[in-house]
Amino acid sequence: MFVMLQTVFPDLSAATPEIFLFIVAMALLMVGVFAPAARAAAVVGRLALLSLVVALVMVLMQDGVKVATFENMFIVDRFAIFMKVLVLIGSALTLLMSGRFFAEMNARKFEYPVLVVLATLGMMMMISANDLIALYMGLEIQSLALYVLAAFLRDQERSTEAGLKYFVLGALSSGMLLYGASMVYGFAGTTQFAALAAVLKGGEVAPGIIVGIVFIAAGLAFKVSAVPFHMWTPDVYEGAPTPVTAFFAVAPKVAAIALFLRVMLEPFGGIAAEWRQVIVFLSVASMILGAFAAIRQNNIKRLMAYSSIGHVGYALLGLAVGTSEGIRAVLVYMAIYLTMNIGTFACILAMRRQGQYVEQIPDLAGLSKRNLPMAIIMMLLMFSLAGVPPLAGFFGKFYVFKAVMEMSALSSGWTVLAVIGVLSSVVGAFYYLRIVKVMFFDEALEPLDLPSGRELGLLMGLAGAFNLFFFPFAGPLLRAAGNAAAALF
Amino acid sequence: MLEIGLGHYLTVAAILFTLGVFGIFVNRKNVIVIMMSIELMLLAVNINLVAFSAYLQDMVGQVFALFVLTVAAGEAAIGLAILVVYFRNRGSIAVEDIKAMKG
Repeated sequence: MFVMLQTVFPDLSAATPEIFLFIVAMALLMVGVFAPAARAAAVVGRLALLSLVVALVMVLMQDGVKVATFENMFIVDRFAIFMKVLVLIGSALTLLMSGRFFAEMNARKFEYPVLVVLATLGMMMMISANDLIALYMGLEIQSLALYVLAAFLRDQERSTEAGLKYFVLGALSSGMLLYGASMVYGFAGTTQFAALAAVLKGGEVAPGIIVGIVFIAAGLAFKVSAVPFHMWTPDVYEGAPTPVTAFFAVAPKVAAIALFLRVMLEPFGGIAAEWRQVIVFLSVASMILGAFAAIRQNNIKRLMAYSSIGHVGYALLGLAVGTSEGIRAVLVYMAIYLTMNIGTFACILAMRRQGQYVEQIPDLAGLSKRNLPMAIIMMLLMFSLAGVPPLAGFFGKFYVFKAVMEMSALSSGWTVLAVIGVLSSVVGAFYYLRIVKVMFFDEALEPLDLPSGRELGLLMGLAGAFNLFFFPFAGPLLRAAGNAAAALF
Repeated sequence: MLEIGLGHYLTVAAILFTLGVFGIFVNRKNVIVIMMSIELMLLAVNINLVAFSAYLQDMVGQVFALFVLTVAAGEAAIGLAILVVYFRNRGSIAVEDIKAMKG
């Protein structure tokens, strides 16, 4: 029997930034193929940067009214806009700092910016996912591009090993997430977030759904690199080319946190009591491991990996609270985390000796005598990462702990969590301050080169200024984050 | 007469999924085996999805399974490509040799 399908043409306007980026990625491949080989990479790089900026403008022009389109698979609301802005800023700025690095490594290929654009497209789809299928597709579009990026220096053993490790553990986490999604689908009978929320609103929850939620949370914990699913992070951060590490540290992390927040709060928000302990465990374990494991690291990229594990712990603490106050704290935290990491990685990319990139912490010795401005900015960023007032990093932690303390009126367990968080940030301060000590008080055996390239200086300056003068940005950022958080409730 | 129902399919899928996970963690020999384990996990998920789809009389599960199949193909292609470039650098794909970075 022939069945006429009732199809309604989807409202494309909500997804214009994504459609634009997709078309751009295809067009850039063509440009890369047909442009003169010597200039192809530079041209495609510039065009990709430009199109990320255009996509950013398109996202900012959306008015923030909640629109669900593509049969409720794709949603745009203030939360999605806020997170997409962060992701696009992160992608664009890390793309900006990458051109010179790859040119000097003799590996400047036009595929790199195309892969960054495709990964960004996947992240934007993750952020806007409103259905388990859309969630999986967005996640995979992002991940498949990221696996290749990690192995981009394909004649270096460390880079390819990073790609291989990232691939195996990423595929494992996708598998766990999918298994969870299949259980949730089977026991709830739907994959749509809104319908799931209606099914799970109060009452008895089937054990299959709990199993499914735990598997989904485990898969997402892999993507945000929360303990105990963090083991890929240090190796991938160390082995991947430094601009790729910078990209990994900001954009995918912000997107995965956004996905985590939406999945836990929209479809599963009604049964928060069932998953809260899982998130609390992930958060506490990440904060503690991030603080202690980084102490004995000498490679600064590896150190930043443990640092990012710790920071994810603080962000997840806000999710564990689960109030709109807590979510707002997470969003502010991620915005500040983004600027701190971009600045720090710009500094790491500027670490060169006789034209060779170096990445050991002792290599920074004597930086204050060689290049005082860079040493001061790096010091500011390290203090900010450690959470020293009045820098931005302090406020990120402050809002999270404030949200936690507001819950402590209900149960004293929350106070314990806040205390653990503060104590682990004190431990974490040790290794950040160690870098400052090396830069200012250690004698250099062989000084670093003066940084070359305006992009790095610009990014360092911007990140340093943002972290130092956070107050003028605080009001608008808090308001935007508050509006974005309100969209999830 | 034993009726084969939803529970049997879920059990088979759970066993296959567990085998896949163990294949990744316990296997010490070869990265190709890890790739096969990943495929095993994804196929276990597909059995789950199709079984639920038939049980619920709902097409969404089968559509989901098709998407999973498609992505699994792309994932395998990228995984093998990375494995090939790794082999060119290292000359080995034994799991115990993948240890340039530690800590």
